[in-house]
Amino acid sequence: MTHPQQQAILAAAGIHKRFGALVVLDAVDFSMATDEAVGIVGPNGAGKTTLLSVLAGAFPPSAGTVSFKGGDVTALAATQRCRLGLVRTHQVPKPFSGMTTFENVFVAASHGAGLGRDEAYEEALGSLKLCGMLGVANRRAETLGLLDRKRLELARALAARPTLLLLDEIGGGLTDGEAGELVDTIKELRRRKIGIVWIEHIVHILLQVAERLICMDAGKIIADGEPQTVMADPEVVRAYLGGGPK
Amino acid sequence: MSAVSTSPVIERGTATSRIAAIAVAVIIALLAIAPQFLSAGAVDRMTALFVYVILAAMWNALAGFGGLVSVGQQVFFGLGAYFAIRLADAGLNPFLALFASGIIVGAVSWPLSLFMLRLRNGEFAIGMWVIAALTHLLVNLDRLVQGETGTSLISLNAYDAGARRAAIYWLALASMTALLAILFGLLRGSTGAAIRAIRDNEDAAASVGVRVTGTKRLLFVLAAFGIGIAGALWLATSITFQPKTYFNVQWTAYMIFMVLVGGIGTFEGAILGALVFFLIETWFGGTGVWYLVGLGATAVLFSLFLPRGLWGTIEERFGLRLLPVGYRVRFPAATDGDGMLSPQQATPYREKA
Repeated sequence: MTHPQQQAILAAAGIHKRFGALVVLDAVDFSMATDEAVGIVGPNGAGKTTLLSVLAGAFPPSAGTVSFKGGDVTALAATQRCRLGLVRTHQVPKPFSGMTTFENVFVAASHGAGLGRDEAYEEALGSLKLCGMLGVANRRAETLGLLDRKRLELARALAARPTLLLLDEIGGGLTDGEAGELVDTIKELRRRKIGIVWIEHIVHILLQVAERLICMDAGKIIADGEPQTVMADPEVVRAYLGGGPK
Repeated sequence: MSAVSTSPVIERGTATSRIAAIAVAVIIALLAIAPQFLSAGAVDRMTALFVYVILAAMWNALAGFGGLVSVGQQVFFGLGAYFAIRLADAGLNPFLALFASGIIVGAVSWPLSLFMLRLRNGEFAIGMWVIAALTHLLVNLDRLVQGETGTSLISLNAYDAGARRAAIYWLALASMTALLAILFGLLRGSTGAAIRAIRDNEDAAASVGVRVTGTKRLLFVLAAFGIGIAGALWLATSITFQPKTYFNVQWTAYMIFMVLVGGIGTFEGAILGALVFFLIETWFGGTGVWYLVGLGATAVLFSLFLPRGLWGTIEERFGLRLLPVGYRVRFPAATDGDGMLSPQQATPYREKA
């Protein structure tokens, strides 16, 4: 690829992940620069979310190393990686259900970004505004619908002031109009120089943002490069689109 | 967007809560002068109430805010009394011993937290009970305690009964006030938001930068300290120390009762629950086994029909917040370019159990 190691902000080398006998990630190498927006596609069970979790520090890899901003972060927990600027969202939203939307986001601004009270207020309100959630700021998160819960995942991660944002299927179940808003939000993040790794099944949304596309299958990266090239790759077509001519 | 007058403002209190704060100060001032007007028996009862409030507030902080449900908190109650006995026996002034004991209980809870906080949910709850039973047996081995025969805080008898009663009352009142103030400050600050986030989803809390283990440890140690003080105060009022009375699981049962009836996860609820428990005990405590049957029935009725407890229900119904620890966004102008804003302001704020 055209991404030499020295300018990589995030690099994963030789990542294996096994759950018992099941091999979910098999020698995955991945690196990216801060100013990139990388999309990840692949069939269910390809290991996309597991890779994201290993990158974010939700659990350690069985083998391999993860480095971020030039330092080895393999041994660091999610809390520390978040504070360094590597922040994720969850495929199945994990809101703090007994807290209000604002409070959910405030926790991230105050602890993830390490901001003082007034700055944290401003950061939290800014994230909510960007994600179109100011209107439900005082609602308890458990009363939110799925769409708002997904937005909250994004707003909360943003309030932690990420350098690099790992997004896991935040576009699922959106209407075309809602998807358009989401794309606008992500484009705004790109303007703010936030790096993006985005796992998404809705490829046409992803392609509006991603400058580079990775396709995973059975725990391996099978294609990596310019989005249109990757989508046209015969192996990607076979693995992801179920074969046959387009 | 910070300096624009139409930008949203974060509110921590309401007009009602500001009045409530004044009311709290007045109530504490009245309680402070109350011993001069109350009978000896009433002073003792009030001291018991203060102890109950401490117990309820601490268990509520741990379980209602932090999600750490323990059925072994009697370990700290018992240790609070035990260390006070030990310190007084070593020659320390008995009143000083009460507080030194609380500090030792807090110090002991720190190493305990290193392995207990690795347990989750039910394992933690029952594990704490095991720790309590084990500690009870260890205390029984102390020659000073003489097994279940127990011992007394004899050095307190050196003080005149009336002066002692008033002194313990004031100590209990001061302890309760200080502990509630510390707890309120903690829960209202950004650590409090982290504590509630951990309760709701530990993994998500870690993923947005919350130090999960350290925050839980802080809460655990604070609750141990508070309950240790409560145990030491209880010893001061009853003088005698029999391990099985102090290390009895009934203390945690009372804490759970007070918090469930009052409203778990609301700061006001624990205080209200302690008051309800105190009144039930005052009126029906003499009826023996029926008193316990009544307590059990009340707890069952509450969990069936008012799962949010008294305060949780009041808060939900009337949007009333007297001692709020949460955050509300207020939108100065309803026409902020977003038509959805104004109806949300009417949404009553609630804490989740």
